[in-house]
Amino acid sequence: MASKDNSFISLQGVAKHFGSLRAVEDVTFDIKRGEFFSLLGPSGCGKTTLLRMLAGFEVPSSGEIYIDGQPMSAVPPNARPTNMVFQSYAIFPHLTVAQNIAYGLRKKGLSKAELADTVEQALQRIRLGGYGQRLAHQLSGGQRQRVALARALVCRPKVLLLDEPLAALDKKLREEMQIELRQLQRSVGITFVFVTHDQEEALALSDRIAVMSKGRTLQVDSAARLYEAPSCREVAGFIGSMNFFDGTVTDVDGDIATVDAGSAGALRVPVNGHATRRGAKATVAVRPEKMEIAWQPPQGVTNSVAGRVTAEAYFGDRSHYHVEVSGLPHHIAVALQNSQRSLDTTEARGRRVWLTWPVESSVLLPQAGG
Amino acid sequence: MRRRSIGWLELYGLLFIALLYGPMLLLPLFSFNDSLYIAFPFKGFTVKWYEAMVQDSALLAALRNSLSVAIPVSIVSTAFGLLTAKALTRFRLPGRRAIVGLIMVPLVIPFIILGIALLTTLRKTFDVPLSLWTVAAGHILICLPFSVMVLISRLEGFDRSLEEASLDLGESAWSTFWRITFPIVLPGVVSSLLMCFTASFDEFLIAFFLSGDGATLPVFIWSQLRFPQKLPNVLALGSCILVLSFLLIAIAEKLRRGGIPTEKHSGF
Repeated sequence: MASKDNSFISLQGVAKHFGSLRAVEDVTFDIKRGEFFSLLGPSGCGKTTLLRMLAGFEVPSSGEIYIDGQPMSAVPPNARPTNMVFQSYAIFPHLTVAQNIAYGLRKKGLSKAELADTVEQALQRIRLGGYGQRLAHQLSGGQRQRVALARALVCRPKVLLLDEPLAALDKKLREEMQIELRQLQRSVGITFVFVTHDQEEALALSDRIAVMSKGRTLQVDSAARLYEAPSCREVAGFIGSMNFFDGTVTDVDGDIATVDAGSAGALRVPVNGHATRRGAKATVAVRPEKMEIAWQPPQGVTNSVAGRVTAEAYFGDRSHYHVEVSGLPHHIAVALQNSQRSLDTTEARGRRVWLTWPVESSVLLPQAGG
Repeated sequence: MRRRSIGWLELYGLLFIALLYGPMLLLPLFSFNDSLYIAFPFKGFTVKWYEAMVQDSALLAALRNSLSVAIPVSIVSTAFGLLTAKALTRFRLPGRRAIVGLIMVPLVIPFIILGIALLTTLRKTFDVPLSLWTVAAGHILICLPFSVMVLISRLEGFDRSLEEASLDLGESAWSTFWRITFPIVLPGVVSSLLMCFTASFDEFLIAFFLSGDGATLPVFIWSQLRFPQKLPNVLALGSCILVLSFLLIAIAEKLRRGGIPTEKHSGF
């Protein structure tokens, strides 16, 4: 049973081609029962197509999707154990809110009283009690979003599919709804598959995330692992911001590799399971907030890169710096907490600095073709 | 301060409208004139032409013929139009533009050519006897473009995810059509029914060529023009048709534009 719960939804070699367009290619991963799972990627990466294949609106060109052990290819959308919250919410404009929520219950064989009860409870749960007789165009965006959620959830699906449901809301409402959505998912215990292009949203909500690009999954992992241990440069660059030092591995000593990063010098970095060897091309990746700025040449530290501050942006609690390192094509971004800063701190721009970071704060990324 | 005054453009507009609609208003005006002849000055007000009209059995028979053509024609054209419009808006059809163009062709072919073509095809090729059935067939041909046009514009402004949501909530394609698609396009359907009815009811040339013994109203009016003493009856009848057609088209247009507010993306 445990193994079945771990592959409650299973995608095996799923591909979808529209003519010559390869929207999704050879996607294989599992989603656990009760998980809040996100498909994250830029627009056009295939995440919505993948969701629509889960819902049954698109049939895979090859491969198979299993939900709760059942192959889904031959199952039409109206017979699948899934319900969807559409990006446009798709509230039926000619029906009232109550009729919208009751829409999927017609075939459940409920009596009139039971039906009215269920709808009323659903309305209470989304805090729209008394709104039952309204039409869609009399509701705000956030209310419509809640009606769409309630309409899907009263059908008690095994899987709830959400297609960028928060994209149309303003920032404040979106943040409120993120918290609500997460609480709701915990309380109903239904598996959520959530599509978004917003990486912060995905990190905040999800148990696990599949990062997609150009129709393929790059990495399927927890938020923390995606951020701390990205598997490739694309993931590292898409989730948060990242500084890259390209170079060649000159030495591998147990868990630590040494990379000659040209003008940035020799950098030491944990291997972290990546297969690597001397002479291989590799990239050392460091997050802006994991770096420190030293105003004097540092003594006795492993990784240190000299440069010059070209720009500073002050945000109150923190400051961002751009540091130019001669010989590197891009500037290095550094984010510092302003815990020590005071009014008489001298201006950083133009100053010579040394960037340092602990070995374990950097990530080794194998380079394509390296 | 700019003073509002009637400039050349406004004058041109007023003149244009007067010339366009003025002659049509003469028809109802003279239908109340107490004289056999259409000429100024007016002799006096009367409704006797209307009384004569409702007692004219041949006229009533023609009215019945027209209705028994126009009603089925509007229903059949709208049904075909709905299927066509749904196929054209919902599927990625190869040659979609060509298909739409072909459907619209009857609108640009002179009806007299269409009438002659249909007449020779029906009589010479298939030897079908002329009747109200043949008139109806011809009218469906010319009503379909109206219906397709009205319904395509209705279906295009319709969020496709509504139908997907219905399927997703467990309804079949058939019940999705009746529970979601049809109620939302209903204003378009009614608008199409009214337009097709009016087009068929007012059509003369095709009815003239394709009707056998049973004349429709316009064909009957044409036949009456030979008898000067019948002219005032025709004026009364013409006025009624004018008012009815105007009303139906006005309702159709209102329905086509308004109806259920379809929910668009908020915030875009």
